[in-house]
This record gives sequence, C-alpha cells and structure tokens, in this order.
Amino acid sequence: MKQFLTFVKKEFFHVFRDNKTLLMLFGIPIVQITLFGFALTNEIKNTEIVVCDYAKDAASKRIINALEASKNFEVTKANLNHHQIETSFKTGKIKLAIVFPNNFNKELLHLKKAQLQIIADASDPNTATTLTNYVSNIVMNYQLELIQNNPIPYQITPEVRMLYNPELKGATNFVPGVMALVLMLVCVLMTSVSIVREKEKGTMEVLLVSPFNPFLVIISKAVPYFVLSLVNLTIILLLSVFLLDMPFNGSIILLFTVSSLFIITSLSLGLMISNITNSEQSAMLISLMGMLIPTLLLAGFMFPIENMPKPLQFFSNIIPAKWYYIIVKSIMIKGLGFSSIIKETLILIAMTIFLLLVSLKKFKIRLE
Amino acid sequence: MNEIVIKTDKLTKRFGNFIAANEITFEVKAGEIFGFLGANGAGKTTAMRMLCGLSKPSSGNATIAGFDIYKETEKIKKNIGYMSQKFSLYEDLTVIENIRFFGGIYGISDKQINEKSNTLIEQLGLKNETKKLVASLPLGWKQKLAFSVAILHEPKIVFLDEPTGGVDPVTRRQFWDLIYSASDRGITIFVTTHYMDEAEYCNRISMMVDGVIKALDTPTNLKKQFSADSMDEVFFELARGAKRKGD
Repeated sequence: MKQFLTFVKKEFFHVFRDNKTLLMLFGIPIVQITLFGFALTNEIKNTEIVVCDYAKDAASKRIINALEASKNFEVTKANLNHHQIETSFKTGKIKLAIVFPNNFNKELLHLKKAQLQIIADASDPNTATTLTNYVSNIVMNYQLELIQNNPIPYQITPEVRMLYNPELKGATNFVPGVMALVLMLVCVLMTSVSIVREKEKGTMEVLLVSPFNPFLVIISKAVPYFVLSLVNLTIILLLSVFLLDMPFNGSIILLFTVSSLFIITSLSLGLMISNITNSEQSAMLISLMGMLIPTLLLAGFMFPIENMPKPLQFFSNIIPAKWYYIIVKSIMIKGLGFSSIIKETLILIAMTIFLLLVSLKKFKIRLE
Repeated sequence: MNEIVIKTDKLTKRFGNFIAANEITFEVKAGEIFGFLGANGAGKTTAMRMLCGLSKPSSGNATIAGFDIYKETEKIKKNIGYMSQKFSLYEDLTVIENIRFFGGIYGISDKQINEKSNTLIEQLGLKNETKKLVASLPLGWKQKLAFSVAILHEPKIVFLDEPTGGVDPVTRRQFWDLIYSASDRGITIFVTTHYMDEAEYCNRISMMVDGVIKALDTPTNLKKQFSADSMDEVFFELARGAKRKGD
C-alpha cells in the first residue's frame, strides 16, 4: 500500500510539474463551458423584429408595449403581408416577426382563447429559440395579469413557426456534451500519453524490473487522472449552474456515480491506446483522431444522431460518450432517477469490462 | 566469493526465425564485475532482458540469485537492480524525489530511505542539488545518480545496460569508481558496454557475436588467447566474422 501511495504521489508530481498538462486539464473545461455556454444562452439584445398588428386592440397594444419595453427587441410596426415578411427575412433585416390576427382581443374575451403567430428565422436555430422564448414569456406575463383580474382563465396560444429548420433539434444543452468531451480528453489522452511516456523514456523497463506489480503501475497511473476528472467535473458543474444558470434537477450523487463509471471507461480506453503505441506523438494522435473527433461528431451533442445516415447511426452506438451524454441529460435536465438510465449504464459497464479485459491481456503480452 | 549468482544454461530467445540469443551458457560469481560485450545487434540487450525478467526465454534455463527465471520472477525482482540503456530516472522529479520514489517502490522504509539518501547525496557531492529537477543536472551526474538509485535497495546483482553512453572519459572513470565500491560491498555487477577500455576494468568478460558467446574469460587471458595487445584488438578479431549489422 505504501508503495502504491509512493507511486501515486509521483504521478501527481508529473501532472503538477507539466504546465501543458495543467493548462489542458483546467483550461479546456473552463474555456469550453464559457464559450459554449455564452454562445448559446447569452441574452440576445436589440434584435430587429417586426410586429404586424392586424388587431389594433387593447390586448395587442399591451403586448406590443411590453415588447417595446424589452431590451431584447427593436420593434418596428408595419402591417406586412406574408410575402413582405418573407422578403424581410431573406434580406436579413429582421430575425423575428409577430402577427396579431384580426379580432385578437375579441376572441380572447369571448372564446377565452386567442392566437398570435411568431415567425422566426431559424437558419440560426439557437437565436430563433431564444427569441421565441422571449416573446412567449412576454405573452405569458400578460396572460397572468389577465388571470389575476379575472377568475375565468384566458388563453393566448402563441403559434410558433420555425422557418428553415422546423425541428430545431440538438442545438441546446452543450453542457452534458462538454462534460463528456472533457472527461474523455483528460482520461483517454492524458492516461495514454503518461503511460507511453514511461515507455519512451525507458523508465517503464525500470519499473517492470522492480518488484512493484505491473498492474499496480497502471492503476496508480490512473488514480490521479480519476481524481482530477472528478475535480474537473465539479468545476464544470459549478460553472454551468452558477455562471450559465443551467438547471440541475436530478441527484448529484447519482450523477457523480455514473460519471465515475464513464471516467473508468475512458481510462480503460486510454490504457488500450497506450498498449498499441510506443511514442507519445502516436498516442496523442490516436487519442485525438480516434477518440475525440468521433466523440465530438457522433456522440449526439453536436449533430443529432437521428439525422445521420444509418451506418453512422449504428457506429455511434460504440461511442461511450453517446451513452454518457444521454445519462447526463436525463439526470441533470430531466431530473430522472436511476431506473430510467439502467440501459445506458449497463452499456457503459459492458464497454468498460470489455476494454479492461482487452487492454490488460495486451499489457501482459507486452511484458513478455 | 565462490557463490554463483547468475547461471544460464542454453538460454535462447527467438523472434520468429531470428535467433537473437542462441544457447547462451555462462556463470557469474558473487561480487564479480562481469562485462557483457558485443557489437550492436549481437544480442546483448536481449540476453540481459531475459535475465531481468523483462522478456521470456524461448528455451533454456537460468537462475538469478538462486531463483528460477521462469517460476520465481517476483523473488528475482527483489534481488536485482537495473539501469536501462535509456536514462532511467524521472527528469521532472527532483533528486530527492527520485531517490524517495525508487526507494519507495522497492519497499524500503522511510527511515532507511532518509539514511541512505543522505549517504548517497554526500557520496555523489549533490548536497546543493537535492531540490533541483534531475533534468537540470549534467548527464554524468544523472548517470551516477541513476546507478546509485539502482543499488539503493542493496540488490545481490545489478544489471547495467550501456550505463556510460555519451559520457566523457573523466566521468566514465568516476562512474567506474562507483561500480568498484559497489562490487567491494559484494554486489555483483553485470554490465554491457561498447567501450573497450571499460572492458579492461571488468573481472571477466564475455564476447557475443551474432547471438552466440564466442569468448569468455578474464581480459588478460583473452588478450593472451588472441595474442592481442588490447581489448580493442580482441574485439575486432571476434567481431570480424559478424553477419548482423546494427540494431
């Protein structure tokens, strides 16, 4: 045990003495979260929108006033027809159009139900979602006001139409993706590089000649990265909850447990890579090309898997990050419990066992 | 002094059709400085790796410190030290951290490590360098330190794979002083080298050509046998017939 601790201590020295490693460890998650987070959830201010008010009644006026008061919008009032709206979108003059139909207030008062149309330029789906959400919020607020004054509920249904990309899939919630990516990066890349470095420098031979158990060599190499990954995970979560106001609906303990599992999966991947290469460069290349890029592209947080051709969809199943991504989304955003992620967890466990068996077998062969 | 610590019997290593080490048979006595010579690619490193337990022999037998190299590798590991051809300390650790680390993985107690490292640092004259990263030391010092670390746990045998590569003659001489003092303490030295002047320092040497041991005796006897003036000439005489070139 004391030998093991000596070894782990040495690994921490390696990590903390290497500025490049440190920068990668802590720089990347912070930069990614900040970049991805702000690029997606930052407020959009002073967007040019057009309001076509065919109703010109009390209700529409109240809503338009609220829109004008909002910092998010620069409102132009013009009663454009369908074609004119389309042209405005095409020339890029506006990002959003709101149409109040005739008799808006009347329908609201008599039928307790009214509709208004929000048309957004969804060629940039993130902006479109955000903008329509702003409008929906304003409308909801007005609705709440009405309910307070009147016991009979009124209902205004904003009818949202997303032009150019009607389904708006896969554009939000980068945080789970970043988590998968960062853990992958730290565990796969750094573990493989740190093991291969010992081989390259010749110190691995010295370790193998020593009475220190070769399997413990591997385990003690993994320990610092396991710990650092958990630290990283905590940083990402803190940043996303406090800086980006991400929701956190599920159990933290469950999230950390499953994350530990994913970390072990990634560590085994790194171990496997270190078995098949002998130089730091090739370990780095294989980790980047073979692991990170497929993770980025095929795990589902950049591009929706549903839109991919069948062979790629099939291929995406062997990417551990895909399953972890689903798990994190379920726990963090949907607030689901363990029973709903059993399938994904089992898949990750199976992958880990497979990777560990393969790489430990290979490792033994290499010793001989 | 008559105890035999390394004994090999027709030890062979094949890589496919290539026979890297062919039926090597020799004995090394306790406290001896045994030179293991040969041109590049002659099979020195392969033979040494088998003896250290880094590589499994294809056939033949050997015992190291009385332990079988097939069955008792764990016991062998406790009784040997090893200094690899490549530099075998961690450059991003300080002198003292390296000593503590290697002492630690050999299971030496903290108290002993402290005592030993004090003596060692004194002996090497590294008193002011203990907190410096090994990377900042000159190569000669690094290698002397690596050797001292390799024998920190007082092994019965220490294997040195070309320990003085790239070091100037003065430092090499100092390095050999360390080897002699270790040998005086009863540690058996098994050393491979390219330098024929170093061969003269050994008690006995073996010459390997194309995976086979062609000659094995004391330097004086070998010179007599080949009627040569120096080990250089002996080496040329033997290596002339070599078919393998380089690693």
